[in-house]
This record gives sequence, structure tokens and C-alpha cells, in this order.
Amino acid sequence: MNGYSFTLSGAALIALPSGGLWWVEKRTLIVSDLHFGKSDRIARLGGPNLPPYETRDTLFRLEADLTRTQAHTVICLGDSFDDNDAQANLAEQEKLWITRLQAGRRWIWITGNHDPGPVDLGGTHLAELPSPPLIFRHEAKHEANGEISGHYHPKAQLSLQGRGISRPCFLIDMDRVIMPAYGTFTGGLSTKAPVLSGLMRPDAVAILTGKAARAIPMPRG
Amino acid sequence: MTGMSKEIQQWLKLREWILHPHQVKLFETRNRTSQLLIAPTGAGKTLAGFLPTLHELSLEKYYGLHTLYVSPLKALANDIKRNLSTPIDDMALPIRVEDRTGDTSQNLKRRQRVDPPHILLTTPESLALLISYPEAQKFFSTLKRVIIDEVHALAETKRGDQLFLALGRLQHFCPDLRRVGLSATVDDPDAIADLMAPHPAPCPILYADPGPAPDIKMLLGDTPPPWSGAGATYAIPDVLEQIKTHKTTLIFHNTRAQAEIFFHNLWLANEENLPIGIHHGSLHREQRLKVEAAMTAGHLRAVVCTGSLDLGIDWGDVDLVIQIGAPKNVKRLVQRIGRANHRYNAPSKALIVPANRFEIIECHAALNAVLENDLDGDPPPRGPLDVLCQHITLTACAAPFDPDALYHEIKSVGGYRSISRAVFEDCLDFCITGGYALRRYDQWHRLMRDENNWVRLRDPRAASRIRMNAGTIQDSDRVKVRLGKNRGGKPLGEIEENFAATLSPGDTFLIGGQVVRFDSLREMVVMVSHTTQKKPKIATFMGTKFATSTQLCDRILEGFQTNAFDALPDYTTQWLNQQRSLSQLPQRDRLLVETFYHKGKHHLCVFGFAGRNAQQTLGLLLTNRLEELGKAPLGFVATDYATLVWVLEPIDTPETLFDKNQLYHGFDHWLGTNAVMKQSFRAVATIAGLIERNLPGHRKSGRQASFSSDILYDTLQKYDLDHLLMRVARTEALSGLVDFGRIRAMLDRVEDRIDHLKLPHVSPFAAPLLIEVGRIAIQGDAVERLLDAEASALMHAAGVQI
Repeated sequence: MNGYSFTLSGAALIALPSGGLWWVEKRTLIVSDLHFGKSDRIARLGGPNLPPYETRDTLFRLEADLTRTQAHTVICLGDSFDDNDAQANLAEQEKLWITRLQAGRRWIWITGNHDPGPVDLGGTHLAELPSPPLIFRHEAKHEANGEISGHYHPKAQLSLQGRGISRPCFLIDMDRVIMPAYGTFTGGLSTKAPVLSGLMRPDAVAILTGKAARAIPMPRG
Repeated sequence: MTGMSKEIQQWLKLREWILHPHQVKLFETRNRTSQLLIAPTGAGKTLAGFLPTLHELSLEKYYGLHTLYVSPLKALANDIKRNLSTPIDDMALPIRVEDRTGDTSQNLKRRQRVDPPHILLTTPESLALLISYPEAQKFFSTLKRVIIDEVHALAETKRGDQLFLALGRLQHFCPDLRRVGLSATVDDPDAIADLMAPHPAPCPILYADPGPAPDIKMLLGDTPPPWSGAGATYAIPDVLEQIKTHKTTLIFHNTRAQAEIFFHNLWLANEENLPIGIHHGSLHREQRLKVEAAMTAGHLRAVVCTGSLDLGIDWGDVDLVIQIGAPKNVKRLVQRIGRANHRYNAPSKALIVPANRFEIIECHAALNAVLENDLDGDPPPRGPLDVLCQHITLTACAAPFDPDALYHEIKSVGGYRSISRAVFEDCLDFCITGGYALRRYDQWHRLMRDENNWVRLRDPRAASRIRMNAGTIQDSDRVKVRLGKNRGGKPLGEIEENFAATLSPGDTFLIGGQVVRFDSLREMVVMVSHTTQKKPKIATFMGTKFATSTQLCDRILEGFQTNAFDALPDYTTQWLNQQRSLSQLPQRDRLLVETFYHKGKHHLCVFGFAGRNAQQTLGLLLTNRLEELGKAPLGFVATDYATLVWVLEPIDTPETLFDKNQLYHGFDHWLGTNAVMKQSFRAVATIAGLIERNLPGHRKSGRQASFSSDILYDTLQKYDLDHLLMRVARTEALSGLVDFGRIRAMLDRVEDRIDHLKLPHVSPFAAPLLIEVGRIAIQGDAVERLLDAEASALMHAAGVQI
């Protein structure tokens, strides 16, 4: 599997260039902050009518990762839907697509702040999932060990010969992983934000997503 | 004076003023539906424009708004208010004059909507907002005249299109409305009249006496300018000498970054501490106002500035204008020169400082063009659809409208008069449904049709959100810079967000002429502190670079043939002669292409003289083609005159590279993935209302909630390539930054007359390009390779093993 391999609490993991996380031994694919139905919610709240293609684009990429990994289990780390109504408003075609991806594998929806309600799309709905030695939840807690979370949409900014580059990234230290947002219409929070500096140890690395997964020391403010 | 009120006649007598013929003429023809006055700076355009208003308002007590004055600059509105107060106070006329711009308080704005002044001074943006309020029709019901100041500056931009669309609305409210445009000298007055006219009615043009020819020279000292670059630091001692011998000097630069750097260096050399200020659009408003006030009061000996001072503000006693760097465009040069000696019948005095050797030639050509009054100008863009989309949405904010009526109204606006019903419907569809191939969220559309097929807002509460995003000026990618430890720190100005993102704490850069230290970027504010460092670590921040106009390029090429540059200093003529003997001088109907080997790489230099943007696009097309041919291009650099490409493999027959079919092949794909397209899309999508710049209450959450317009672009590129905004972005990229038309024109002109010179070494003309800044590495895998190298370097430095 192409990606950045590392271990957390003894579990062998690979950060994929796509923004997904692969737990080798358990054949589990973890994705975070899919934000399905974001354009629907923005329009509903009186915002602009954005191109309504983000759900299918996210599904395209997720399907590609599932084909590559042949995952037995999928964990969606919360904020899978932009809100509960967005879930209800998904096009029939998109709901069927999700059902098709779920066929033959275990599927877990972790609750996020955007999608607290139950999911009527199949799969298991959980507030968090302990799966020793790891624990999966939406938002990182300060005292944690082997924790995989999302929520913050971290992105790293760096300068390449004077040219600014910004990429969604994983943040990794010996306690935890904070995952990048996987959804197509998602922005990011700079790794320089104090809240991220506060959560991550000084020696944390950032794994940039893109064509290849690349590690750099976590950029800090 | 025939028919002028006795108050005005007495006042003119008291002041011992004799009106200029064009002022009289404009007064006599004041009842025309529309008029365009073309007059040089200092010819009393503004008084000419306001005389009919003062006359009509002095005849009887008037109730309601009588005259609307629109100018491109807020500062101009302030200036006019001051100037109008003299005649109004002198004659004790019962006239209330107020301004309404982005700087006007909310309180006053609210009061104005209920109780309008007689004369309202405003900007196109504020006018667009005014017509979006439900009370607009009532507010404008008494309006008699509209004065559009500096209409030449507006006509070239989308702000002009926005304004003319708004005028169409006003004309609909008050069919008897009369409009007057005031313009500086331009190359094509008919084009402006055409944009201004309430079609199908024509807009007659009135010309003022152009006044005496300007006194304008190049400032060339003993030090020759450097071979490349745009800063003109070498000329600082000479410029200081000029400041000392004049009362007030304006020093114009083409970009803000250059103005900053020059100002900084000027102060380092300013041993006598002459009072010198700086003024440009990125500075904080208070800073600008301070400089403007000091300038008006005569406290400054010089101001370093950019286009923000181009327009007709009366800054007191300017007796010298210095233009740093080739003006790139003769029209702009003429307007800048006009800033000096703001008196109609005295010649203006100006000096041009070429920033490098080639610019000596360009400046010389520009000077001759000024003397022959041969002005250039690219035709203004016709009827941009993103502006129309914004106008449709704002119209719906005021009241439900009948699409048939709006279509006919829009066809009366110059830039849109040939718009087809189908294109109008496309825009309307975009405003109502988003215009996507995939139909979604039908119940959440911003606009909707009612039972009579009229269009209205679905939710009236959306109006304030839409108004907040109105306007056509792109400033969404800027962040504020503040000095001090807390958010209440002193504001210094703005920098581009991309530039801000590349700064690390401790980096130093220039803003407002001072070197500051970057501390942090938080909540969209860049916090900086004072530093004792004299030289900024980060040399520059980005700024627009103008491309040299077609007309000026042609003049240079023509000058080579007619030996027009023989009178220039020896260091220039020798350079030209060397080029003539070692290679040849470029010609207008031929294309000079040189190849040579230099420092381990094969070089190809193409002297297209098509302007910076087109030469840059040519560089991308050529490297694309060279990649296909397996020549391994490494990079290129472009100036206004030439493109230099370096490759690993030798190019024996460069003539074949210019085969048009092959050169343009793959262009579509290239354009689709190009950063220029994304930039153009961002602008178009923001104006059309797809991307919001100011969300109430969302600014604080920073960037987490928002995502970049590039994501929207990529999504449309993938799923909805034919979307209206993609089409508009494409059209704009082709005519704007890509400037494809000029490449095509150049290749069509030279046909197969390509002169390939295979040289043993670099030619005198190509040499400066070797040291030119702004080299572009070939994209694609290059970025990924750089990223690899950077990532390992960073990890290595941090002592981390991967």
C-alpha cells in the first residue's frame, strides 16, 4: 500500500495520500469528515447554490480507496453528513451508492458535531469505538492514548522557494492521529492554530496528502 | 451667459472667472439625454459637469435628490464635496451635498434613504447597493442628472459595466434622466460614448481644447540603468536632486511592491529628511487620508505612489511628475503627467526614469507617442456576464421583476446591447437555480419565479447577505496587517493572503515604507512589530504587472527600422549596434528567434514583442510543445518583449515550433488545469455571487468553514465543464492574463517569416533575460519533486528519520 507507514500504540497504520487511514492488521479503512450534502445545507441556509457534485465526488474517491484496499471494515469518523437534514436530502442515487459500498463489509458511523442523529443508511452508529489498542472518536480529547480522531480538518502550509503551498494533512505523534477531512467541499484549519499545537506533542509530524504522502515536522505558529 | 441664473453670473463675476468654451457649451446643451466631455486634466471638467445642477438648483427650492455624482474613488468624492462647498457657500444656495461610499456611517446611510440630499456623491459599488433597496424607486424618483467622473477609468473595468447597468435601472425609474460623462483624453472616445449611451439614443461627444504639449523628458544621469529589474534604485540620487529643486513631486510606480521598495530606499538616502510620503491602495485608510491631508496642505515635498493617485484628485501644487519604470501604456502616462501643474494653460512637467536598459527604448518610444498624441488602449471588455448575474440578483433584492422588461432594459446598456435572449436566460437561470446540469435543491433556490413568471427573492432575509457580497473589485484574498501586541494594534494596510501564508515568525517585510517583523497570523490579521533591521528579509509581495501595450510595442519595432533611437545615450546605442552586428534587430512583420548554448543548457529566445502576459503564455505553449518533442524543457522567463526558454536537448529547427496547429494543440487541456484559469474563475464566481467574501459572523471562524474556490473550479471542471461561469472564466482568461489574442495576432502577422539565428553565445538583447526575475520552472512533476526535496530537508533538519 502506497503511503506513510507508522505505528500507534503498537498498531501498524498507513496514512494514504488520499486522506484515508489504513489499519493493516484489521483490514480497516478509516475516513473522516466526509461532509456529504454540504452544498445542500449551504443552499438551505440561504447561501449560494454551489455545484451539487461534492457527494458523488467524495463517493468516487472513497470507492477507489475501497477497491484498492479491499477493506473489511470502514470507519467514518464523524461529520459524515453536513447535518441530519443533509443526510435525509441525499439523492436516491447517492444513497444507493453508499449501500453498494457497504455490501459485504462492516460499516461504522461515528457521531460528529454536524451529524448527531441516527443514520438510516445501514451500518452501525456509535458515539465512539474502542478497538484496542486504538480508540476512534470524532474530536480529540486531551488525555488520550492510541486515539484516532478528525474534526479539525488540519492543513499544513509551507513555502516552496517563495511559493505558498497548502495541503490537508494527518497530524501524528505517539498518542494520537488527527485525520484530514476526506470530503470534497471541506476547508482546513492551519496546523499553526493554537488548538492543534496544544493537542500535539512537540515532535509531531504532519503527513501531507496529495499525489504522494509526505512527512514534514508539524508546522507551528 | 445665455440662460445662466443670475446668482451664478454674479458669482463668476465676483471670482473674476471666465468660463472655458467647453464649460459654456456643456451648459448650453444641458438638456441632452446624454453627453460625454473629453478634456485634459485641469480643464475644469468637474465645474463643467456641475454648472447645470447649480443653475437648476439656484432657480427654485428643490425637494429630493437632484443630481447623482459617481466617481471611481472615494477620495474623489471627498475632494468634490470640498470643491462644491465654495460656490454653494459663496452664493448661499440652499443645496445639501452628501457623500455615500463604503466609508459613510450606517446611521447616515439609513437617514439618506429616507431624506436624500440634493446632490449625492458616490461610487459604482455604493450605487449598486442603493438600487438594491426596496425604496430605490422612491429614492430616485426626483433625480434629474447623473454625472460620471473619470468615466474613462471606469469604462475599462467591470466597475464600469456595473455602473452602466445601474444607470439602466435609474433610467427605468426616471425616463427624463440626463447623464454626463467626464473623461480625460483617450484614444477612442466613441467607445466610451457607446458604453455610456442610453441605447438606442446616441451620446454626443464634446471636446475641450487639449491645451499645450507637456514638457516631458527622460531622467538619465551618468549612471546607466541596470540590465534588468524594475526598481530603478540606481536613480535615487538623481530623483532626490529633482525633489529638492521642485515644490511638490509625485513619483509614480507601476506596482505597489516597487513603490514600497523605492520609498524605503529613498528614505535611506534622504539625508536632509525632506518630507516624503507614500500612497497606494494597500495602505490602511487612515494612513492614506493622512498623506492626502498633508499633501493638500502643502506639507510634503514628494509622494511615492501608484495608480491610486492616477485619477483627477486636486492635490494642490504639484509641479513635477516622475514616472519610475516604463509606463507600459501611453494613455496612463498622459494621465499621470497631467497631475503636474494642475492649471489648464500651463504645460505639465514630467520625467520618466527607465528601470533598465531596454526600458530606455520603451520610454523613448512612449515619449514620442505622447508628443504625437498617439494614445493606445485595448478595447474595453463588452458586457461581462458575471456582472450581469450580480445585477440580476441585486435587482431582485429591491423588488420582484418581470424578466421580459429587465431584458429590454439591459439591452439599452452599451456593453450589453447585443446580448441575446438565450444568453440572458442563461444568466437568469444561473441566478435562480445555479445553472447546473444536475438539478438539485429546488426548494432552496435564492431566486424563484412566481405565478406571473416574475422573478423574486425566495427568502427576503437573504437580501442583506447578497448586498454584503456585491461589488466587482477583487479583494477577498487580502489580510489586514496590524502593528502591536493585540488586535487593537495600529492598522498598517493589507497584504495578499498567499504572501502572508508563506511568512514565518521573525521574517521581515516592507509595508507603508517601514520594515516590520512578522509575529503571527490569526483570525485573518497579520500581527507585526517594529524591527531595527534596515533591509527586509522578504524582498517583495506580489503586485499586478502591466503588459506593454500593442501600440507601444509596435512603436519600438518601428523605431528599430527608422533608427529612431540613435539620439539616446552611448550605452544604449552601442548595445543596439552590437545586437545589429551579432544578430539582428527585431522587425514588425518578422519573428526573430535566437538559439545559443549557455552554462550547460540550450537556450531559445523568441522576440515576439507581444507584451508580458502573451510572452508568458507563449513560454507555456513552447515548453509544452518542447516536452512533446522530448527536448526536456527546464524553464522559461518572459518580459514584455521576449521569451527565453532553456532546455537540455538542442533545438535545431525552432521554426517548426511555431506551426500553429501543433502549438495550439493541447492548449485547451493546458488552459483547463492552469492557475490563470483558476484565478479568473475565482474572480468571476465571486462577482456572480457563487463565492461569498463577507459572511456575517463567519469571519471570526477563520478559514476552517470555508474552502478554496479552486475546489469549486476542479469540481465543475470534472462534472459540469459547460457551466456558465466556466465559460465566462475561460473567455476572460484568454483575453486577460493569458492574452492569447496577442500571440495569435503576432503569429498571423509574421506567417512563415521566422528568422532563426544560431549564435555562438548569448546575444546583447537576450543577455538581460538571463538575469531577469520571475523564472518559471516547468510545472507538473516539478512541484512534486520540489516538495520531496523540501520535505526531506525539513525532516533532516528536525533530526527525524523517516
